[in-house]
Amino acid sequence: MRDPLNSYIEKIPPSGIRKFFDMVAEMDDPEVVSLGVGEPDFDTPWHIREEGIYAITKGKTFYTANAGLMELRKEIARYTNRHYGLVYDPASEILITVGGSEAIDACFRAMLDRGDEVIIPEPCFVSYKPCAVMAGAVPVVIDLKAENEFKLQPEELEAAITDKTKVLFISYPNNPTGAVMNREDLEKIAEVVIRHDLFVLTDEIYSALNYSDEEFVSIASLPGMRDRTIVVNGFSKAFAMTGWRLGYATGPARVIKQMMKVHQFAIMCPPTLSQYAAIEALRNGEEDVEYMRNEYDQRRRFLLKRFEEMGIPCFEAKGAFYLFPCIRKFGMSSDEFAERILNEQKLAVVPGSAFGASGEGFLRISYAYSLRDLKRAVERIEAFVTELQQ
Amino acid sequence: MTEKILTILEKNARIKTDDLANILGEDPVRVRQEVEKLESDKVICGYHTLINWDKIGQEKADALIEVKVTPQRGVGFDQVAERIWQYPEVSSIYLVSGNCDFVVLLQGKSMREIAMFVSEKLSTIDGVLSTTTQFILKKYKQEGFVVDSPRRDERQAIS
Repeated sequence: MRDPLNSYIEKIPPSGIRKFFDMVAEMDDPEVVSLGVGEPDFDTPWHIREEGIYAITKGKTFYTANAGLMELRKEIARYTNRHYGLVYDPASEILITVGGSEAIDACFRAMLDRGDEVIIPEPCFVSYKPCAVMAGAVPVVIDLKAENEFKLQPEELEAAITDKTKVLFISYPNNPTGAVMNREDLEKIAEVVIRHDLFVLTDEIYSALNYSDEEFVSIASLPGMRDRTIVVNGFSKAFAMTGWRLGYATGPARVIKQMMKVHQFAIMCPPTLSQYAAIEALRNGEEDVEYMRNEYDQRRRFLLKRFEEMGIPCFEAKGAFYLFPCIRKFGMSSDEFAERILNEQKLAVVPGSAFGASGEGFLRISYAYSLRDLKRAVERIEAFVTELQQ
Repeated sequence: MTEKILTILEKNARIKTDDLANILGEDPVRVRQEVEKLESDKVICGYHTLINWDKIGQEKADALIEVKVTPQRGVGFDQVAERIWQYPEVSSIYLVSGNCDFVVLLQGKSMREIAMFVSEKLSTIDGVLSTTTQFILKKYKQEGFVVDSPRRDERQAIS
């Protein structure tokens, strides 16, 4: 028989998060406490769920327009304008997708030619590099540095640019580091992008979970950037709607039109029930977002303080729901640390190396857990490091 | 800070002061002083534990009693209210609008105790015109907590 497989796909390594969690699953131990999951611990607010139920009872069970319900696209336009000062035409510049993930895939495929280079700063979420490869492009990784609080530096970007570079990918607030880039940080990046005539794909799925004193700024809102930026966002993290699978891309009509083809032929349209629920989320869900944001912030402060007390260095991450403490001083790799703490203290955390080589020496700690769980987990970390230090 | 402290304590009275200070990013000494002040000012009126007695096989009933009274000159409803709340059996009493004047809540008593209280104590108080006793058959949610619905973390580790 001939080889049935596509060589590009076959060469993509399995996700590092997956690998670690297979190990946790194998242990199958009810005593294991996890700080590994990357989704909100809150239920979707009831009024939003109820809209989903109403949509079913009213028989709203047909396909919608490929780009999604116009009513929802209009709400998204209002939302992005209200929060980020961005203006998009609901008819031609907004595409509703199956989660932010689909938007990223469609965007890479619509923008990148075979051999084009896309710059991806790491540590980052595990799907970006594979998506670029699946689009036939070449991912070029920038290893971000802890001393810069994992913010992309203009000189790092400059050094990674070649004549094949087409797209810069960024994602702030960041998974796994929790890093946030403010206006000033982004302005320096935008200057390089414009000078080299690049495009930006920015995954802003955590934009609502920003705990710094400064407002979240989208790079698309900076002068000269709107028409060279595709913004990906969605409902999963802000509104605790992961399972509804709903995200969106906003950007210049020229790009959205081509993304629409990928989307239309691969997906048809995003889930109808979820779209009705999402309209309710955008119209009446902001208080819920604020409530959850405040809860996450309290947990974040609690953990930061505890890490400080335990003497584990951890920069003050100001976004998403992750901390990224450095465990280098214990003289072992992230993998080894995560594996040992799992076996010895029954605590599951994700090794930083799962998010790229520059995540080595760090752990991703998710605080999408109740304070009670976090306290139990911290006790285990404390027991583990106390033993190591003796 | 005051409102934040109260919001957290309302949900979790058992939180340690140090943890409370940590999650608020405040100094523990200041937080402790603030809580003490709120207690002495009776902003925090007390701490109590929500118990599902059914779970340990204790048959205790709760009743909600609607009471109609004649308000009295000069003191309105307050004097009758005091004569009712002085009974230790009464866990809550509220003056309400609508068909009755007071709603009285009795918690964790036997059916007999409730019956005795209503017939011998409550209804004989001067000014009490009538009572309607409603036994609580099942509790679904109390003080913001859903009764008897243990939650499991069903989130999967994906990607």
